[in-house]
Order: sequence, then structure tokens, then C-alpha cells
Amino acid sequence: MPTDPSTIAKKTPIASLSRRYHFSASHRLHTEQYDEARNREVFGKCNNPHGHGHNYVVQVTFKGPVDATTGMVCNLGDLDAFARTNLLDRFDHTNLNTFDCFAQKVSTTENLAIEMHKIFQSFPFARLENVHVEETSNNSFDYAGEGSAPLETGR
Amino acid sequence: MILLTRKAEFSSAHFYWNDSWSQEENERVFGKCANRNGHGHNYTLEVTVAGEVDPVSGFVVDLKELKEILEREVVSVYDHRHLNLEVPEFKTVIPTTENIAIAIWNRLDGKIRNSKLHRVRVYEMPDLFADYYGDLSAD
Repeated sequence: MPTDPSTIAKKTPIASLSRRYHFSASHRLHTEQYDEARNREVFGKCNNPHGHGHNYVVQVTFKGPVDATTGMVCNLGDLDAFARTNLLDRFDHTNLNTFDCFAQKVSTTENLAIEMHKIFQSFPFARLENVHVEETSNNSFDYAGEGSAPLETGR
Repeated sequence: MILLTRKAEFSSAHFYWNDSWSQEENERVFGKCANRNGHGHNYTLEVTVAGEVDPVSGFVVDLKELKEILEREVVSVYDHRHLNLEVPEFKTVIPTTENIAIAIWNRLDGKIRNSKLHRVRVYEMPDLFADYYGDLSAD
């Protein structure tokens, strides 16, 4: 049934904006709850005591009404500044295992995606819908918060 | 149901400007995007349609036909154009990536036979893209 155009005009389109951030870090997959042999067995070469590294990509998706005055879900300048302070300045060229959040948890990309979700959830200007983290071009992980089905935003 | 995605590319100029604001306010909100001389991007468009596979042709939609629709409705209008100055929908709407996705949805919705438009994704750059699924707020 055709929609009355006057109704459409009053409604605001809801869109998603996704931004990808790049950082490089080292890590080692290891847990004190396993002995050395078990760590090697479970984590394989990722258990190398000296660590190894990746070029990570964090893709964040925010969803909301497109503001009629700016044409935006959120201002990209605000988002980039937030990512600079809370993600890039903190994590780029670091060892992930040195962070408090990975003191008790293995620094897998699953756990990293959950940490990234915690960080970007506090961005004050839009609602975080999904976090997609690429560890390599072949491995990626999505997290949309406790109890939410992750989006298929990967590429 | 199958989702089928077709890509297209266009290169366009644009700038961000709200006529009801002062120059200072535009520059504060839009930063370097408010330069009135414009700047440009190589945009990538991904159009996803949803439908059932035709038992005879094996197609959801005829890709050649879809390509022609994207060419006619979007690429021929946007490619190598200044979006603010030459594309009618952006005379009054700021050509942000979000609004470009919405405008392309409105151009394509109802024009692709045997399928339902599912998603319009527009990449302004490889690290920035907007998705629109046709959702409207309830108010």
C-alpha cells in the first residue's frame, strides 16, 4: 500500500555509520590456569613466551537517527577524537598483555573485541551497535554487547 | 531467501554546509569538510537485494539488469559530478555518507524486479561507510 508522503517527511531515517581504526600491538596467549605443556598444546605458536604481534583493525558501528541539521548519525570529528584518546593513544605499539584488562583474561581477539565494546560504549554522542575486530585479514570477531546478536558487518 | 550484493563505484565532489549557520559554526561542526571549494572521494556502493532463487534461471535477479539500474539511477547521476551543485537531492540535504546511502535507497527502492532492496552501503573511504536498511523513526 502506498505510504502517505506527508507521513514520510516527518519521519527521520535511521542509518548506521561504521569507522575502521588501525593499531599494531603484540600479545601472547597464555593462562596461569594451564601448565606449560597444556598452554603450548592449546595456544600453539601463539604461546611463544616472547610474544608476537598483529596489525589490528577495530571497526565500530553506531546506529541512530540521521540528524536533519548535520546529516550525520554522529560527528566523525568527535568519534575520531574519542578513538584517538581511548583506543589509539592507549593501545597502539603496546603489548596487550601489559593491560589490566588482560591480567586475568587471555588476550584473544574475542576478549579484545569485548574490551573495545566497553570502550566505545562510553562514546557519548551515538549508540554503539557493533564492534568488529580483525586480527589478521583472515580472522575477525564481532561483539554487540551482552545478550545481543552480533551484526554481520564484516567485509 | 538469498542476499545478493552488487558493487558500483563513483567519484564525486562535495562539501558539508548548513545554510542556516554562520561560516564559523559550519567550520566548527564540519571542520575541513566545510571548505566551500569542495573536495572529493572515490565512493564504493554496495547494493544488497533479498529474494528467492528462480528455479529456471537460477538467479535471484538478473545481474546485468541490476548493473544497468545502478548505472542509470546512481552512477550516471553521481559520477564525476559535484553532489551539492549538480545532484537534485543534495540541494537541500547535506551529502554526508549517511545521506548519500539514504538518497541511493530512495532512488532504487521499488525499481529492482523480483527482489526486495535489503541494504545500501556507501563507502566514502575504505575506513568509513554508512549502511541504510530503509528504517525510519517511529515518530
